Amino acid sequence: MLIIGEKLSIIAKRVREAMLKRDKAPIQEIAKEQWMAGAGMIDANIGPAEDGGEALMEWMVTTIQEVVPLPVCLDTTNYKAIEAGLKVHNNQWGRPLINSTSNDPERFPMLELAARYNCQIIGLTVGKGGLPADAEERAAIAAEIMARAMEYGVPLEDLYLDPLVLQIATSQDHAQKVIEAIKMFKEMNDPPMKTVVGLSNISNGCPKQLRPVINKYYFLMLLDAGLDAAIADPKEMAEAMEERPLFEKVLFGDNIGDPKKEMVMKKTIDIILGKTLYAHSYLEM
Amino acid sequence: MAFVAPKETFSGKVFEVTIGTDKAISFGGENVLPFHSFEGTVPHRPVIAYEIQDVPPEDWPETVRSVYEGVSSDPVSWARFCEDKLNAKAIALRLIGTHPDRENKGPEEAKKVVSDVLSAIKVPLIILGSNHVEKDSEVLVAVAEAAKDRNCIIGKAQEGNYKTITAAAMAHNHKLIAMSELDINLSKQLNILITQMGFPKERLITDPMCSALGYGIEYTYSVMERIRLAALTQNDAVMQPPLLGDVGTYVWKVKETQASETELPSWGSLKERSITWEAVTAAAMLVAGAELLIMRHPEAVVAVERFIDELMQ
Repeated sequence: MLIIGEKLSIIAKRVREAMLKRDKAPIQEIAKEQWMAGAGMIDANIGPAEDGGEALMEWMVTTIQEVVPLPVCLDTTNYKAIEAGLKVHNNQWGRPLINSTSNDPERFPMLELAARYNCQIIGLTVGKGGLPADAEERAAIAAEIMARAMEYGVPLEDLYLDPLVLQIATSQDHAQKVIEAIKMFKEMNDPPMKTVVGLSNISNGCPKQLRPVINKYYFLMLLDAGLDAAIADPKEMAEAMEERPLFEKVLFGDNIGDPKKEMVMKKTIDIILGKTLYAHSYLEM
Repeated sequence: MAFVAPKETFSGKVFEVTIGTDKAISFGGENVLPFHSFEGTVPHRPVIAYEIQDVPPEDWPETVRSVYEGVSSDPVSWARFCEDKLNAKAIALRLIGTHPDRENKGPEEAKKVVSDVLSAIKVPLIILGSNHVEKDSEVLVAVAEAAKDRNCIIGKAQEGNYKTITAAAMAHNHKLIAMSELDINLSKQLNILITQMGFPKERLITDPMCSALGYGIEYTYSVMERIRLAALTQNDAVMQPPLLGDVGTYVWKVKETQASETELPSWGSLKERSITWEAVTAAAMLVAGAELLIMRHPEAVVAVERFIDELMQ
């Protein structure tokens, strides 16, 4: 299981300010924390970065790799910024990962970069129009992305399929559809395709104290389905791995000798599987 | 072997709610999808309440305003007209005149209107605010007290004001409408928050927010349908209160109930068109799961009652 540390994202105020000021200290501190917590790769999300994206990505990659011996996941829609990041990436710590291509023709050039720089790439299973309706649609888009990757000369072993996790608070039925999609992706090739998710989006819009609960248990259910990688909070994921044996027991209906924890797990499983309608206070019911 | 139609049975059941005192009426209580009496029990027919308001209906289109000419200048005579002449089974008094952008009437005035109307009628009363979050919490608290012991429905409690309104409904033994804006998860959340205050879920009515035919009715329909399915298939207790379709107020605002024949000749008779618009919107709400409707035009009400007759057979 590869955990790609999600914390270096332009969405976070502290990170955004550090990016603007080119202040290395907070970036490196967050990168190190994630590495220590078990991240195997660090995501550098610079947003669309239309102005100065190249310089920013270059700075992010070098700043991160100065202190952390890990590869970087280059996260932006700006093609040139990705290329700038790839040029300075230190492959001694592993191959970089492009985040991402999709079935939208505007994102095809990312595959060209992946081929040229011999790196890995995420294929987000969305097309040009709207979100996929179900697991089957995700699989159909995945097949197109796989064909496109081969066309561009990207080996399928270097492609991570991403089924696109949606918010459980507004799209509850998709939680299960994404689990199904992971299973389907794995069967689309031999050796099985690699899979990745942007995990924390599942709990986007949920109350703050609920977010780690949903993130962790959703992650464990995706693991059972065969997930290979997650862009996530490495600390939360480490906790999830510790809880895994108990969680598996609860999934199989066994008693874990901790009624409170068991209840939280059971209720969250029911929400993820759509057996109970989601509400922000579902744990209190 | 004879053909046996498959039946779908559910573990959940909609709460039965009784409102009023002298001429009390009940709705809800079914353990099947709307009108599926062949699969289970449908103890009550849906209830249609006639909408009146505390100020003359100058903002209502002519087609529906003219029906109440001569009585609508006074809420008491308007209420009596609905009960005596139209055989209303329930009346919904909307205190629209309390809205700060309207007549901005105060809680005391609202209280008087409510008391006067209540002493003039025997059928149950639904008391609605002006849908202004802050003002409603003042007004509904005052009128809940004025209506005590009459087993009314008050509303609508929303995310921004549910605490005070719920407390008032609880203190004076009323039923309560909980309204959220076309979001099933927020609807459930509001019902949870209200019940966490100690308000019994059996006394709630869920309003997922209505919309008129052609103006987003499919959203209301889908939310209602999913709430009903959660109540029945998942036995989700907070989703088991009856559903409200506040039809009239949405329908009589849309172009189809206002545009004249000279303006749009191809749309046909304004009267027929607008009454049909209200009836069709109401019928859709019933099929989606509403047990309580608030409507305006008597001819539309008659048409929907007939529709219910046929479906209840």
